[in-house]
Amino acid sequence: MRHLLSINDLSAADAIGILDTATELARINDGQVKKLPTLRGRTIVNLFAEDSTRTRISFEAAAKRLSADVINFSAKGSSLSKGESLKDTAQTLQAMGADAVVIRHSASGAAQRLADLEWMSGSVINAGDGTHEHPSQALLDAFTIRKHLGKGASDLTGLRIAIVGDVLHSRVARSNVLLLSMLGADVVLVAPPTLLPVGVESWPATISYDFDSVIPTVDAIMMLRVQQERMTDLFFPNSREYSRYFGLNSERMSLMAKHAIVMHPGPMNRGLEIAADVADSARSVIVEQVTNGVNVRMAILYVLLAGGPLEVGSNS
Amino acid sequence: MSVQRFLLKGGNVLGGKAADLLIAEGRIAEISASISDKDATVIDLKGSIVLPGLVDLHTHLREPGREDSETVASASRAGAKGGFTALSAMANTSPVADTAGVVEQVYRLGQEAGFVDVFPIGAVTQGLAGEQLSEIGAMADSVARVRVFSDDGNCVFDPLVMRRALEYIKKFDGVIAQHAQEPRLTVGSQMNEGIVSSKLGLKGWPAIAEEAIIARDVLLADHVQSRLHICHVTTAGGVEIIRWAKARGIQVTAEVTPHHLLLTDDLASSYDPVFKVNPPLRTSKDVVALREALADGTIDIVATDHAPHTSETKDCEWAEASFGMIGLETALSIVNKTMVESGLLDWEAVANRMSTAPALIGRYANHGQNLTVGSPAHITVINPTKSWVVDRDLVVSKSRNTPYHGYELPGLVTHTFFEGCATMIDSKVVDKMAK
Amino acid sequence: MSVALSAQDISRALTRISHEILERNHGSSDITVLGIPTRGAHLAARIAAIMSSIEGKEIAHGTLDITLYRDDLRLRPPRTIMPTSIPPIGVQGRDVILIDDVLYSGRTIRAALDALGEVGRPRTVQLAVLVDRGHRQLPIRADFVGKNLPTSEKQTVKVSLTEIDGVDEVVIEGEAS
Repeated sequence: MRHLLSINDLSAADAIGILDTATELARINDGQVKKLPTLRGRTIVNLFAEDSTRTRISFEAAAKRLSADVINFSAKGSSLSKGESLKDTAQTLQAMGADAVVIRHSASGAAQRLADLEWMSGSVINAGDGTHEHPSQALLDAFTIRKHLGKGASDLTGLRIAIVGDVLHSRVARSNVLLLSMLGADVVLVAPPTLLPVGVESWPATISYDFDSVIPTVDAIMMLRVQQERMTDLFFPNSREYSRYFGLNSERMSLMAKHAIVMHPGPMNRGLEIAADVADSARSVIVEQVTNGVNVRMAILYVLLAGGPLEVGSNS
Repeated sequence: MSVQRFLLKGGNVLGGKAADLLIAEGRIAEISASISDKDATVIDLKGSIVLPGLVDLHTHLREPGREDSETVASASRAGAKGGFTALSAMANTSPVADTAGVVEQVYRLGQEAGFVDVFPIGAVTQGLAGEQLSEIGAMADSVARVRVFSDDGNCVFDPLVMRRALEYIKKFDGVIAQHAQEPRLTVGSQMNEGIVSSKLGLKGWPAIAEEAIIARDVLLADHVQSRLHICHVTTAGGVEIIRWAKARGIQVTAEVTPHHLLLTDDLASSYDPVFKVNPPLRTSKDVVALREALADGTIDIVATDHAPHTSETKDCEWAEASFGMIGLETALSIVNKTMVESGLLDWEAVANRMSTAPALIGRYANHGQNLTVGSPAHITVINPTKSWVVDRDLVVSKSRNTPYHGYELPGLVTHTFFEGCATMIDSKVVDKMAK
Repeated sequence: MSVALSAQDISRALTRISHEILERNHGSSDITVLGIPTRGAHLAARIAAIMSSIEGKEIAHGTLDITLYRDDLRLRPPRTIMPTSIPPIGVQGRDVILIDDVLYSGRTIRAALDALGEVGRPRTVQLAVLVDRGHRQLPIRADFVGKNLPTSEKQTVKVSLTEIDGVDEVVIEGEAS
């Protein structure tokens, strides 16, 4: 596998392999070993044309723990913001010698264009393209769910997960629906009708407008960030009404099953889609998701970059 | 007008029996079973179909203002390559064709190039802004004799403006060609709204944004008794509304592009902006409805909506890319593939949809006379037994944004005659001196 | 194909190795046994069990996966990472006994030394292998050997263990020259 552009690039076995590798790497990281020589000599470029501190730092930490060299290219103040095309930026970075590019971009499909047109050689890893996909986020979410609820199984069969909020504009939702259902979980999308895309009936998930009836039936609730701008674009009347119907507050949290967990890809709008005391509660694994993110991204980099093409094997 | 005489031997005239056709002094001099003429250049057309010169009612020539993507001259040559003898220059140039001065300039550029008749289309509103009517009368009375008015690129969305425009053009025997797109439902839209767009994370362009405008405008045209033409219909729903309108005797005509007869929105999955077009590619259900409508005449004509774009506006992310595909050079082959080979149209009907009917809508008197003896010799020849592979690096147009690169298409256009001059022989455009 | 070691041969070899380790290290109090997965890990568990029954007390043992430290990663598609489990007493200042099934080029052991270096600083590192088949490519040697098996580079040495393969035996396949 050369690129990770979408969850569709993975089979269930591939995904489980990444989760298992991440589990092993987590154990190594928890122990004394903080740095592994595995990707020494490789150069990984973070091409972040859209602002993101947390994902970029996560990929950077992952790359550095594998001893890779990291070059950061962010949009603000760069030639990209001055009108240089993505193509020219990519070819410039390629000329500097990049083994892999981790790209975040505001245009859906930007990662695929980078990979297909081969403006750069090496692997392309999609760190979030527009409203299309965010595969590493889904993998770290699946990792987190498996760790807390998996009961030792390799996949997520039998688990029920709710994804709540602005599904229409969420790349996290799209990747998670694909991955969680591929791993055997039941996914239910909860949102106001205006924030569900036309065509969502074809997705491998069920739909509900009624958050309260869904809460007791699920093992995990994944809250999506709701942007303030959605109000002016007529998606819902105001934040008060949104929180009243779709916000995860303490009353709703008390309806959750005893073992159920609360997740959020971040950054959170405390008080809008999630109450502060819910975010800080014992059920919340939001902070742990960040740690898991580094391990999962190390696993992704390992799987894409450590091996080479098939050759007649060496010996031990 | 050329002095040269041509004797086209043995072609199937309008898809019918094989016959000989003599071109002399720019006109069709004779059509009969066997002609001999010792002064004529003989061209053997056995196995080929002889059609009247194709007339495109919807072409973007980009000049004045965007000559980096196409000029009147290069588009004329591309037209000849595709078998066209008349093109209609859409008004969304820079400056906009909303005055007699601009349309006369475009008209003269076409005459100078000499490959096709270029009929300028005049803007409905000043600057295409949708607020004030442009100088429709001045454009109609100019040398360009404009009869078709369109803000294409933009929709005439204000119902009052559309009403006034429909009323006003009645004085000039004009027709309003509407680009049906309700702007409030398509802000930032990138592709058809549906299952594919939901998966790709691209903002949708819902079918009802087209259907709602068509419905409103056919009722307006009925109310004020004026001529309406719907550009590039793409939806099954739009087809139904037009069928209903025609049954009531409303004066509405409609066009479909070759790409909407063949391509569907799942092509966007590659995120390759060569498939990005306005109005967008839709579903196979729509493609079937459009083909049936073209077959039964609900849709009157095929028009290319040839939209050249420079490579930097297509060699980028989808959201950044321009909308549009070139189409002059592949149009007849696509119609052959989708309509003739499937048995929905015979060649005589193709001549109607691509020559006679568009000429009638545009009031192009010298065109669409359907290979009658004495008419100007505008002729297109296609060999349906030969197929060819589209190569974007070999197109005649100045721009390379064709969605068919690598496709093998059935039917090769081999010869084009404009006013009796050969503008293309053996699929090669004949470059010649201006008149 | 010939059987180089039968189940009984293997059992005797492991018993002898266990005694030798205890003899050389004057008992088990400072020993940490680490097996290299996959088969080295199972051999390490057996050796630790044998030493434990000789000494009458628990032997610190675990596994050390070397996949991430291999020098030939880029030559093949990515390999699965195996578990690494260091016993709580660790390796710092202790005598680490690495266990593997076959010693050949020596590259696995070189990687194991690197992996071990990240975990801590042992007082000594010693190597016990079931089979030494020669053809070293690096200056690595074993301290404890079950059996020396001269082979040609064209041959393969196949180690089967009951825990994984259902039977205990070592087999040489291929022609000698």
